[in-house]
Amino acid sequence: MGLRVENLRVYYRTLRGYVRALEGATFSVADGEIMGLAGESGCGKTTLGHSLIYLKPPMTYIEGRVFLDGREVPIWDMKRMNEFRFRRISIIPQYAMNALNPTRKIGRMIAELLAAHNVDFNEILPELKRRLDLVQLSHDVLNMYPIELSGGMRQRVVMVISTLLNPSLLIADEITSALDVSTQKAVCEMIVEFRNRGFVRSTIFITHDISILYQIADTIAVMYAGQMAEKAPTEVILRSPRHPYTRMLIASLPRVGARYRQERLHGIPGAPPRLLDPPPGCRFRDRCPVAFERCQETPPFVEVEPGHFIACWREI
Amino acid sequence: MRAGIRHEFLYFALRNAKLRVGLSILLLFIVAALIGPLFARYDPNAYVGPPAHPPSPEYWFGTTTFGQDVYSQFAHGLRSTFVVGLIGGGIGTLLGILIGLVAGYRGGLLDEILNMFTNIVLILPTLAVLIIIAAYLTVRGILVESIFIGCTAWPWAARAIRAQTFSLRAREFVDLARMSGRSSLKIMLTEIAPNMMSYLFMTFILQFGGAILNAATLDFIGLGPTQGMSLGLMMNNAVLWAALQLGMWWWLIPPGAAITAIVGALYVMNVGLDEVFNPKLREL
Amino acid sequence: MLTLEKVSKVYRTGALGLGKLTAVFEVSFEIGEKEIVALIGESGSGKSTIGKMILRLIPPTSGTIRFEGKDIFSLKGQGIKEYYRKVQGVFQDPFASYNPIFKADRIFTMLREEFFPGISRSQWERKVEEALRAVGLNPPDVLGKYPHQLSGGQLQRFLIARALLLDIRLLVADEIISMLDASTRVDVLNLLADLRDRGLSILFITHDLSLGHYISDRSLVLYRGRIVEMGPTERVYARPLHPYTEMLMASVPRLDQKWTRERTHIERGAAYGSSGCVYYGRCPIAQEICTRRAPELVEVEAGHHVACHLRS
Repeated sequence: MGLRVENLRVYYRTLRGYVRALEGATFSVADGEIMGLAGESGCGKTTLGHSLIYLKPPMTYIEGRVFLDGREVPIWDMKRMNEFRFRRISIIPQYAMNALNPTRKIGRMIAELLAAHNVDFNEILPELKRRLDLVQLSHDVLNMYPIELSGGMRQRVVMVISTLLNPSLLIADEITSALDVSTQKAVCEMIVEFRNRGFVRSTIFITHDISILYQIADTIAVMYAGQMAEKAPTEVILRSPRHPYTRMLIASLPRVGARYRQERLHGIPGAPPRLLDPPPGCRFRDRCPVAFERCQETPPFVEVEPGHFIACWREI
Repeated sequence: MRAGIRHEFLYFALRNAKLRVGLSILLLFIVAALIGPLFARYDPNAYVGPPAHPPSPEYWFGTTTFGQDVYSQFAHGLRSTFVVGLIGGGIGTLLGILIGLVAGYRGGLLDEILNMFTNIVLILPTLAVLIIIAAYLTVRGILVESIFIGCTAWPWAARAIRAQTFSLRAREFVDLARMSGRSSLKIMLTEIAPNMMSYLFMTFILQFGGAILNAATLDFIGLGPTQGMSLGLMMNNAVLWAALQLGMWWWLIPPGAAITAIVGALYVMNVGLDEVFNPKLREL
Repeated sequence: MLTLEKVSKVYRTGALGLGKLTAVFEVSFEIGEKEIVALIGESGSGKSTIGKMILRLIPPTSGTIRFEGKDIFSLKGQGIKEYYRKVQGVFQDPFASYNPIFKADRIFTMLREEFFPGISRSQWERKVEEALRAVGLNPPDVLGKYPHQLSGGQLQRFLIARALLLDIRLLVADEIISMLDASTRVDVLNLLADLRDRGLSILFITHDLSLGHYISDRSLVLYRGRIVEMGPTERVYARPLHPYTEMLMASVPRLDQKWTRERTHIERGAAYGSSGCVYYGRCPIAQEICTRRAPELVEVEAGHHVACHLRS
């Protein structure tokens, strides 16, 4: 059944008014799908990820519905969400290495977390150990304090904890951006492995690094200034993107093998609009080389080919 | 946009109840200290009226056992209390900033030495030292007392400012200033200190309150100024001559209440300022 | 132009400074005229430490750094200023490089006060505008603003413009685009390349191999404070010799090919002898000799050096 998000709108309440961080996101993630969520800083990808699990102030729910495995998820209700959090929807936060309580041994911390969700630690211990093996961690870490582990090891501990109860949806928020390339690869492979083994069903992998998504994601959704720009299978996004923003973004990425002397790449001129009072219509309009009058209206996010969604008047 | 930042600061400052309450009380006492003595009709130490007279239209706060006017003493004492706070607190803050900045910015051996010095002063029983020093000086004015207090109160400030400087020093804009050929002194004063303004301001408030309390304690135990008047001295005399036992509440309560209120207001302001300066503590 | 000779940096750690942490160990290399040298390494490899030592921000524990033949740490007073007139740096976090409570263009004012006290105001303003245009900024758009009103890309260009106001010969660029968004970072990279064509040398410090490849003439690969491989960029990328470089090349996410399925070797904190090769704990081809002796950097082909017993 997977995840279905319909017209989700989440703003940030500030002194000067609402920051329109997420504007009418509609998409779905199938069972077993790893969806990469890409975009520049401030495009709303993290807002989207967090609103699905923990919509804390100043984040403000405006409208939209979320369904997981056919059941509605009351993301606007902090209390009722407790039943979903950790058990059905889980997150690996951006600074996962700092997410562990420094005064508790890791094993004890896990036991306490499980007890809070009425799960018996000893019952789940064999499975926990199997999963530690899988992420190449020794069982001894259960008797260690977080400070005794390296950043990469702590990150893996958090990954195991977040997925321990086999959630239907896992949100991985920029989990590779603080890691070295070798660790980055290992962590990404673990995410794929978790999916392959059925520890998690659907995964939303948030990152600004499209080359990582190319390695592990089944589909990629690209966001721009709070709006969904394009979603398609990974190969399609990389080889034949259709939204002008995606096209320019992909063309600006240096490949290993590309050299300045032979092939000069170009960035996208201009900057994203301020989300406090964004212009109406397509928010990429000002930087878009093919914009026309119609772009004054907000383009709908429509399926132009099976599995390929675009919000652009030129492509509809 | 500087105006914007100021505007935002003012907005939060004015909305902060703690800050408003603290500031109002403090202003009240400052005004009292400024204009109070103008209404005092007598010399605070002169014997002007009937002894142990309760408050009356003639003697607003009553008189002491010896017939001194309590209101005149209070008005002058309040003034000297603010003088002690400003001078003692000011010296404490300045020394703390100086030593903290230098130790934190230069690091290395100089830091070790300054840190050791700071710790020595810190663990010295301040009050005991003040008592000894006070006992050696036969003639003591408010100024001398303030300087003593300032010179012993700085270590806490120095330690806090050193830690702040330490973290600011590692910031890249400091590196950039060094690569612009700036001297260390200029970097400390123009790059690091402005970033700690809120911190420095709060340090001053705490030092101000601390100095008033210290002075009151010293006065109270009889080591205050030999000339002049202060709130602590009033309390000392009141206790010495058993004002409480004799039911002369008007002699004891004004100085005690004023000290409590001023110091309390400063601490409440400090908490409020903390909330204003630290966006994380701002309530929306 | 700039030469490092057996430069080491050891930090004292722990109580009383009894512990020792070797951040950089006997690193020697040089940067020539009009050359972009990429210094590639993961976090903790000592790459930023090297950059900071070249900028005289921290002193080396041993070894010498010479610029145009002179030891830069023996410079005094005016000599230091002359050095900074020719060597400047730009750092990773554009927002941290500005004092948040002042306007961004204060970095120019500071230069004027320190380096050009005699210049007239209008002359100086012209110079600043010229430098801003050279880095692709429109002066009225960016002058007189606070750092938080400018984007990361604009702030980094600002810093590069600042360096251009001096008679700069060498720019140390420490991860300057890692915090920029993809759509703006390539323009900053191109700007660096253009500056090189105008006669500047650049030390480009990065952890991103594709960026290093895009822009540099020579590449240095650093592991735990030691240079493990160094050579012309094309050679290093086409034919990596050190197992560490190989591993990096295999793990960097690429847009043209997917990762191979082989399991990634991640560090398990295996103990390595202090006398042996630093990469021993992770090396898939390590032999017994690697535990006994640290390999020297050896030239294998023209200009291509590697520090590995088995590959040299």
